[in-house]
Amino acid sequence: MLAMDYRGPKRVRAVQKPMPEIKHPQDSIVKVLRTCICGSDLHLYNGNVPDTRVGTTFGHEFVGEVVEVGSEVTKVKVGDRVLVPFNIACGECHFCRQGMFGNCHESNTEATAVGAIFGYSHTAGGYDGGQAEYARVPYSNVGPTIIPEGMDLDDAVLLTDVVPTGYQAAEMAGIQTGDTVVVFGAGPVGIMAARCAWLFGAGRVIIIDKEEYRLEFARNYSYCEAYNFEEIGDPVVFIKKITDWIGADCVIDAVGAEAAGNAMQTITGRKLLLQAGSATAVHWAINSVKKGGVVSIVGVYGPTDNLIPIGNVLNKGLTIRANQASVKRLLPRLIQHVQNGTLNPKGLITHRIPLAEVADGYRMFSAKLDNCIKPVLIP
Amino acid sequence: METNVINTPIDPKQIPGWGVDADPKNDPTYPMRTRMNVGQDPDSKHRPTLQHDDTEKLRSIERPNVSAVYGTTVPPSGLSGMIRRVAFHYSENRYRHWLPLVLADRVNVVEGIIDDLIHGTVPNIYAEKGYPVEWKHNRTSLILKLATVAALAAGTVVLLSSGDKKPAKRKGYQRGYNAL
Repeated sequence: MLAMDYRGPKRVRAVQKPMPEIKHPQDSIVKVLRTCICGSDLHLYNGNVPDTRVGTTFGHEFVGEVVEVGSEVTKVKVGDRVLVPFNIACGECHFCRQGMFGNCHESNTEATAVGAIFGYSHTAGGYDGGQAEYARVPYSNVGPTIIPEGMDLDDAVLLTDVVPTGYQAAEMAGIQTGDTVVVFGAGPVGIMAARCAWLFGAGRVIIIDKEEYRLEFARNYSYCEAYNFEEIGDPVVFIKKITDWIGADCVIDAVGAEAAGNAMQTITGRKLLLQAGSATAVHWAINSVKKGGVVSIVGVYGPTDNLIPIGNVLNKGLTIRANQASVKRLLPRLIQHVQNGTLNPKGLITHRIPLAEVADGYRMFSAKLDNCIKPVLIP
Repeated sequence: METNVINTPIDPKQIPGWGVDADPKNDPTYPMRTRMNVGQDPDSKHRPTLQHDDTEKLRSIERPNVSAVYGTTVPPSGLSGMIRRVAFHYSENRYRHWLPLVLADRVNVVEGIIDDLIHGTVPNIYAEKGYPVEWKHNRTSLILKLATVAALAAGTVVLLSSGDKKPAKRKGYQRGYNAL
């Protein structure tokens, strides 16, 4: 089968690989119909996630058709079209039983600080991902969800990560009616987080980025204010100024390790790898939220350390909430939102690229070429 | 601090879905407000059917066993595999765990190129880096990037080759000095 193949930092290609096999009675094999490149795949692509082995297939956002099931699989059958949450979750462990499907304890042998994620290094379990014609899907009684009749595959594939992650970012921000919400990062997740902030009753939503085309997209898609941090001076002072010098009620970091905007963070976090990525966005979030406010983090960082002003967290009495999205928990509500037209996930898709041209897709998304917001790979 | 972007004020209530998920009880500890400790949750001791597979897997020493299900892709091998095995002697709390893994990743890249060559494949690095699409959409930047790399490479070659002559110069100088 054709599959994406990681060869080293900023080097990927499409090659023929062996078909995946059933390894466990709850496995299924899914023929992939749509798969996305996620912003967090760029951390792998750039070589920033430890234990990313040459030969790995990335891809944790995919939908497809079940073509084979293991002996214990009862919830899906051959022929079903399913969307596959990016987290691999057993549904039975102490954490899954509390709805923390992104923190499963029975799917990742190699690290305890992260659950398992398809195609996201051996630190996240060592599973191949969905940027391939076929994928092995463990715990198929838990994760894979049958795509409702009539739902567009392009909507479904974004329900595997982007929509739930953006929604949970807003949920974790603890938004109260009328709150001012600031989102750092106008990538797909940031744009979705800004859109979802309204669902929780926000009174004002502001998104900050440096890519003008993304800011323009966010203004239209998320109905929010959008500002370019290269034009507003110090973004923390700017946010203070436009919030009567109080600070935002809630701030969401939807950037993670690839953040720009601070030379020291960029050099130590992205270039020299002395930190687990550049912590510029979370730094700005802590400093621009009001005293007693909430910082919600869905931007992805590596497993070691970052330079952030933790003293300000204490002195301002902040609450920091963060997690990988618990996709399984959120799906029923989000499917409703898509079906009744409240959310329009496929509106984020700007590029459709054949899987065979996966290297071009990564470069396009990584370098933000051709006004790329969200690329979808078609096997 | 002036900005030229246009941000039209909007009445939030006009936005589709505004407030439909508003939840005054969404306190900052959710979902931990429903948390249980292990003692309150004896059923969580139940484990799924265990996967049986001979593939070598590295286990975090912060857990007592192998997870019920695990990935089997790209088992450790070669020099990078040896480094990874050493890394897993240490917990996720230690740099001794993570830094060797980063080193192993870099070693693995070289192993990948050697493996390609052994199998008769010359890696098409230009294509693997996606430069064709950058050539199409961002040609100036690509040319600058490649020119910088070429200049650095040329500079390195010049530096290294001039390094061979330096000792001779020094020798000559010393000879001259001695001659005085």
